[in-house]
Amino acid sequence: MRSDRSASFSLKLAAGLGLLFLHLPILLIFVYAFTTEEKSYQWPPPGLTTQWFAIAWNRPDVWAALGLSVKVASIATLIALALGTLCAAAVSQTRFFGREAISLLVVLPIALPGIITGIALRSAFSLLDIPFSVWTIVLGHATFCVVVVYNNAVARFRRTSGSLIEASMDLGADGFQTFRHVVLPNIGTALLAGGMLAFALSFDEVIVTTFTGGQQSTLPIWMLEELIRPRQRPVTNVVAMVVVLVTFLPILAAYYLTRDGDQIAGGGK
Amino acid sequence: MSVAASPSILPGRGGFAGALSDSFWRKPKLLLFLMLTPPLLWLGIIYIGSLLALLLQSFFSIDEFSGMVNYEFTLATYAELLRPSNFDIILRTVTMAAAVTIASAAVAFPIAYYAARYAQGKWKALFYLGIMLPLWSSYLVKIYAWKLILAKEGILNWAFEKLHLTWLLDGILGLPVVGGNSLSVSYIGTFLVFVYIWLPYMILPTQAALERVPGNLIEASSDLGATPAQAFRTVILPLALPGIVAGSIFTFSLTLGDYIIPQIIGSSRLFIGQAVYTQQGTAGNIPLAAAFSVVPIVIMGLYLWLAKRQGAFDAL
Amino acid sequence: MTAAVEFQNVSRHFGQVRAVDGVNLAIAPGEFFAMLGPSGSGKTTCLRLIAGFEQPTGGSVRIFGDAVEGVPPYRRNVNTVFQDYALFPHLSILDNVAYGLMVKGVDKATRLRQAEEALELVKLPGYGARRPGQLSGGQRQRVALARALVNKPKVLLLDEPLGALDLKLREQMQEELKSLQRALGITFVFVTHDQGEALSMADRVAVFNNGNIVHEGTPEDIYKRPKQRFVADFVGSSNVIAPDVMTRLGGEKRWASLRPEAIRVRPAGEGVAATVQQSSFLGAVNRLLVEAGGTRLHVMLPADQPVPAIGTTIGLGWVGSDIHYMDDAS
Repeated sequence: MRSDRSASFSLKLAAGLGLLFLHLPILLIFVYAFTTEEKSYQWPPPGLTTQWFAIAWNRPDVWAALGLSVKVASIATLIALALGTLCAAAVSQTRFFGREAISLLVVLPIALPGIITGIALRSAFSLLDIPFSVWTIVLGHATFCVVVVYNNAVARFRRTSGSLIEASMDLGADGFQTFRHVVLPNIGTALLAGGMLAFALSFDEVIVTTFTGGQQSTLPIWMLEELIRPRQRPVTNVVAMVVVLVTFLPILAAYYLTRDGDQIAGGGK
Repeated sequence: MSVAASPSILPGRGGFAGALSDSFWRKPKLLLFLMLTPPLLWLGIIYIGSLLALLLQSFFSIDEFSGMVNYEFTLATYAELLRPSNFDIILRTVTMAAAVTIASAAVAFPIAYYAARYAQGKWKALFYLGIMLPLWSSYLVKIYAWKLILAKEGILNWAFEKLHLTWLLDGILGLPVVGGNSLSVSYIGTFLVFVYIWLPYMILPTQAALERVPGNLIEASSDLGATPAQAFRTVILPLALPGIVAGSIFTFSLTLGDYIIPQIIGSSRLFIGQAVYTQQGTAGNIPLAAAFSVVPIVIMGLYLWLAKRQGAFDAL
Repeated sequence: MTAAVEFQNVSRHFGQVRAVDGVNLAIAPGEFFAMLGPSGSGKTTCLRLIAGFEQPTGGSVRIFGDAVEGVPPYRRNVNTVFQDYALFPHLSILDNVAYGLMVKGVDKATRLRQAEEALELVKLPGYGARRPGQLSGGQRQRVALARALVNKPKVLLLDEPLGALDLKLREQMQEELKSLQRALGITFVFVTHDQGEALSMADRVAVFNNGNIVHEGTPEDIYKRPKQRFVADFVGSSNVIAPDVMTRLGGEKRWASLRPEAIRVRPAGEGVAATVQQSSFLGAVNRLLVEAGGTRLHVMLPADQPVPAIGTTIGLGWVGSDIHYMDDAS
């Protein structure tokens, strides 16, 4: 819907204030990363310093948490890519009884509150006597990451003309050749975007992780502990700022990969 | 380009891959089965299995004396939900979810409306990223930011002081129920953070619904003599409603299930998510935790059923 | 002689829907064959049965004598020009054309050379480096043609290939397709809903209705001697006359067709009396709409004859052999 008329002042103001509301708190994090105040959240900062970056850099617990988060997110993303692509291909290339149910099944882990997914998996692990490990965290994360890959892949499949696959077979390519030479190149960027979003989703996940993780702490778990029992606030500030910057990159990349046509198929947390 | 000698059926590329491809082509159901098996095993067995196991546990009870789970079918655990202390938790959470949903819709609408109707080209992309980036920024970092903002020595108190409005803030905090010692331990604080964190989930579907309203529909209604306010109320709002309902599914569901926000910013009174967390953790009462987690599922089930009748799923 | 494509009592049912219902058909090698019919008449399904995208639920399809049931599309030596061209958007024009050779394992130098030759054949030399998105509709259509022809198929299938082009381009492509087919000697099977296209290009035409062929023959045969009312209605501008009107006009009590250009205008009082209701100038001819014997008829009047005024009464005449009686079924 378009209009030649320009927006009224009050609409502009409301929209502008709304966007400010969304962005100011995040910007505030950047200021606090440089504050000299150690014990409280005093505003305005009494002074500015860059010393906390060096201190945070030398914290082994931060590095360990970051390492675990990257590891979990990478494995969960790979699993989600495989499962999500298979599901999307099956749903969009064929018609079969129960297609709707599959879409629902994929969305369910993200549609239900994370705490339900978390507690369900936790009680299943304890019923089956599975000890908590990196792999139980991965299992939980992969479950809700499937949906972002699936959504991106389904959107792209829908946009890709069905006759391309027929054309490829008509020209002599069998199923595998068609997948390799036609399907994969056409959905590649959508998968890349879905994978990045899945990575970002897993990297940031905290609720399911609290239930499926044992002693291991991912970066969000580390953050959560700092929020509940602050130890060194300035280090938390620095980590928070770095996390914001790091998560922006895959989002921007995913946006540029999918901007001609499909939207970034987002989901809840 | 002579074709006379060539066969009408080509040999194919042969080998294992060729044979496999031929049999997939002859039996498309086999291929479908192979494609669906891994995701269905994962989601259908592991995930749904876990959910059902949890659901099952809500029909057991816990022995008051030994603290052990009594594996006999009973509705006693569900009856426990109706005890005043537990029922208060449910009521509190649903009220908060409703308030958050209404506030999100109010704040989201102008942004969605501007982005859908006026923003074009570069501005459109900027608006889109301006909504996507906060959506995808770290959940905990966003909560942390609000902890900084709402702290007693933080920016909000400072701003009220500079504007000589401290009396107003004190007045608000003095209100019964919603007030408290400071914003970061009051319901107002919890409410603000919920609205902030779920706002993008409201903006995106609302914007999607508004994008689908053809511009000439609005021109047509003003052509027929509607004032801008009438056009808004009789044309735009009804058409945007499915989008708002779709957004409210997110804001409502996410608020119902969250336990971290009220834990970090808010009073000590529990929400459903916190109740689940404490029951399964420190209290060790898995049946009650399971029964508590059924509450949001049931509420959302009802909500989705109502929303479906409104046609909200087309806007998702 | 073995038929290039042969249908023996072929059916393709989708549940209750009988898309193709007992079709018998023999297309001769080197023939330009058109399948003509409205949408949903089964012509496209027949094409897909030859290509291998559909399997018959009954009967047998043969290509140059070989039964092709259970043979996947990629192993049939036939190629298709798709309605939407289906060019691969991620490949250059040259790679699009070379695709069929690539998947068959032809070495790179050979396949690129042959692809370049195929592009020359369709008058697009030097376009190889571009992407499908950079070409016009007509150019894409030529690329789709080159991509199919480079594989030297025994039968080339064309699914409404000219449907998306504007009128002038369509006429030009009709001529080019026709001369290309003559030069290559490949059997062309062409699906269209445009009767003008089918009649002007094809050696033989099959008219489809409700999943079956209602008339098969040369364009002239179909135009002049339609077997059924449906064919006369669909194929042309012919006047279709009901049995009772025919008796009033002095003929047999049967359905008949009478071509507008076979009717002669004569002075009032001679032949069948008619009232002029409309006239349209069409260049070489004027087309009159007249009322005679309780029905409306079209009459083509050569431009050198005077046009009678609207409302005047004229006489109409025709040679008895121009009346073509048809089966009642429609």
